[in-house]
Amino acid sequence: MGFIRNTFDKYKPLFDKGGKLEKFAPGFNAFDTLVFVPNHTTHEGAHIRDGVDLKRVMVTVIFAMIPALLFGMWNVGYQHFSQLGEAGTFLDYLLYGSFKFIPMIAVSYGVGLGIEFAFGIFRGHEINEGYLVSGMLIPLIMPIDLPLWMLGVSVAFAVLIGKEAFGGTGMNILNPALVARAFAYFSYAPSMSGDKVWVADASTVDAISGETILGSLASGNSELSYSVLDMFLGFIPGSVGETSVLMILIGAAFLYFTGVASWRIMLSSLIGGAVMALLFNLVGVAYPDNALLNFPWWQHLMVGGFAFAIVFMATDPVSGAQTNKGKWVYGFLIGFLGIMIRIINPAYPEGIMMSILLLNVFAPTIDHYVIEGNIKKRKKRLKTA
Amino acid sequence: MSEDIRIKKGLSIKLKGKAEEVISAAPRSRIFAIQPKDFHGITPKLTVKVGAEVSVGTVLFYSKSNEQIKFTSPVSGTVSEIKRGAKRRILKVVIEAKAEDDFVDFGKEDPKGLSKEQVLTKILDSGCWPFVNQRPYDVIANPADEPKAIFISSFDTAPLASNYGFSIKEQEAAFQAGVNALSKLTQGNVHLSVNNTPTFFDKTENAVLQNVTGKHPAGNVGVQISKIAPINQGEKVWTVNPQDVVIIGNLFLTGEFRPYRTIALAGSEVTAPQYYQVTLGQEVASLLEGKINEDNTRIISGNVLTGATIASKDEFLGFYSNEISVIPEGNVYRMFGWIPFVGSGKIHSASRTSFSWLSSNKEYTLNTNMNGEERAMVVTGEMEKVFPMDIFPMQLLKAVMANDIEKMENLGIYEVAPEDFALIDYASSSKVEAQKIIREGLDLMINEVG
Repeated sequence: MGFIRNTFDKYKPLFDKGGKLEKFAPGFNAFDTLVFVPNHTTHEGAHIRDGVDLKRVMVTVIFAMIPALLFGMWNVGYQHFSQLGEAGTFLDYLLYGSFKFIPMIAVSYGVGLGIEFAFGIFRGHEINEGYLVSGMLIPLIMPIDLPLWMLGVSVAFAVLIGKEAFGGTGMNILNPALVARAFAYFSYAPSMSGDKVWVADASTVDAISGETILGSLASGNSELSYSVLDMFLGFIPGSVGETSVLMILIGAAFLYFTGVASWRIMLSSLIGGAVMALLFNLVGVAYPDNALLNFPWWQHLMVGGFAFAIVFMATDPVSGAQTNKGKWVYGFLIGFLGIMIRIINPAYPEGIMMSILLLNVFAPTIDHYVIEGNIKKRKKRLKTA
Repeated sequence: MSEDIRIKKGLSIKLKGKAEEVISAAPRSRIFAIQPKDFHGITPKLTVKVGAEVSVGTVLFYSKSNEQIKFTSPVSGTVSEIKRGAKRRILKVVIEAKAEDDFVDFGKEDPKGLSKEQVLTKILDSGCWPFVNQRPYDVIANPADEPKAIFISSFDTAPLASNYGFSIKEQEAAFQAGVNALSKLTQGNVHLSVNNTPTFFDKTENAVLQNVTGKHPAGNVGVQISKIAPINQGEKVWTVNPQDVVIIGNLFLTGEFRPYRTIALAGSEVTAPQYYQVTLGQEVASLLEGKINEDNTRIISGNVLTGATIASKDEFLGFYSNEISVIPEGNVYRMFGWIPFVGSGKIHSASRTSFSWLSSNKEYTLNTNMNGEERAMVVTGEMEKVFPMDIFPMQLLKAVMANDIEKMENLGIYEVAPEDFALIDYASSSKVEAQKIIREGLDLMINEVG
């Protein structure tokens, strides 16, 4: 520890005020504070401070994603080989998946953090940790075969337009990871949707069908080749992070336990999704041919990106509702509208991402009414006093 | 006693070095000082010069904006120095003490038999008025106002705080006399909040008692006001600390300004934490000599959440401080200290990213490290967890930062004081200086609204 600290201390003067490389201080500090919690002490206000900081919060979220990430990488290999009819070992699957997926993570972090560093240095502010989470989320919600340059462009768009244009971390209106996905979806539709993108090499190798459950339901096919247990455990095609409900639940439990993500949003989204799916199930009795309508409501909650989205995306505190009451409404509507878009618009069978983006826009309005309630109460008290 | 009030939100931080319930008399210090910085918003107008002889209760200076508000000497002796800072601002009025005190006689009287004006005059003349604090704005009250009520919190839930039930238990008669005097100043009630534990406060007459329980900040008078009778726009509420009620009471019992307090000397860097009987404005060195570890430590006048740093031992005891806390400085690097659960034994967190919540009874040795750098406010809900008032703390902070007066009013700026945001300073992952922001907001309101 002494050696590393000494190395930092040796170069620190270069970046201090008046130093040669003063301009690049945010970049240097980002590395320094990554390795060491700085020795800054309190100067005003409370003399003691909580152990939590933004880095710790962000890293906690990343920890929560790791089970889904590891399983997802394995599943990339598993889907590929099993659809080819080839048997492989656990290690084969994992290695194949990592070979496909790690470059995506590298591009996402490389491009995203590069832009963040550039903005930090250009605008002279410390580099915020927000992108640590977004940078991991983005590859987790993209198709595995997405060309890396498309990923890079989407990341650049998300960070520049989705975030920095609004003033950086903490100021953005939309969830940056979803901005990246929405951008990729509308710009590179063939690489982002259809039944040939969700399993590695599905577009080039005929033997691989790669159709997702929602995809086949949307095309009217209610005979699924996957069991409910497959859906829960995640042995199904899909983007890397979203397939295993079990792994996502482990992450959700961790987020709940650490108190980092809002359980209110997770729970209310689940309720909202369940209510909407149940309603459609009831309507579905009249339309026995519509596979999506008649897909059991509780299975709706297990397929597609629903679980991943409500645990990791809807709970983004910056783009979500900020008041506790608002979070209930916000979450409920995300689940409710997400399932509605999924069922009513089969051209885009994954509605939850769209519904979160929509509710991101309405979150300040929801909060406005919650806060207005508090203000009215205060004014009423004044009148009666 | 009316119904119990239970504070559910909040956070009680247990620190090492709680004061043992023993009282010793602190040695009399050679010099004393009254520091205008203790009185927020007051511009002092001096009435003494260097060399002047003063007794306990002699006026040293008064408030430029209200001549009635006087600040008197806590000791007899000679004014030895008037220390000024930039723009000739008065920093300290230093008095070299005589061996024995003599007191200005303000007249021994039972407040019960006095009129409001008589009580007011006596408190003002003796220099006891600065103990009466006003909300909104958290400043010294204006004697011309008619307060809706007067609030006294008989207990402090802050880390390492003094236990008033112990420290002033010998002063029961003075406390009662103080309450009697204060009750003359308002048409409304004197509210006294008590905690579950039985103390002499339970027997107080002439006040409405409320039982308040829960985590910190249950003992903060602001939280109690918000639950008992929230402040509306245009209303004034006064608050007095119980130790200061005793000083006011003694004024009526003895006719003298008796600026004595029993303060707790606490914290992990104190060799033997206990209570000391002190005089307001005494030099800190006389109290601390040989009693603390001075190597890389911070001495705080007040508690670790709201107190002021005492830069050196040559400084003086703050006018309002009921304790001195001494904790280690945190000017150290911690490698990978941001990884969740790393260093859980030493790092306390209100969030559950440290295992500290599992051992909620453990006493921590916390230092002054920021534990991170200031960032934009990202995480939501964490402020609300430690803020038991019916106010949206983050939205109010943002309104203050934007200088949006109407919004500040709407969101409840009149009901809060910086100390109510101390736990937000502590718990916020964005490391925002909430107390400072609220103080600036209140000052803006004083200037713009008055």
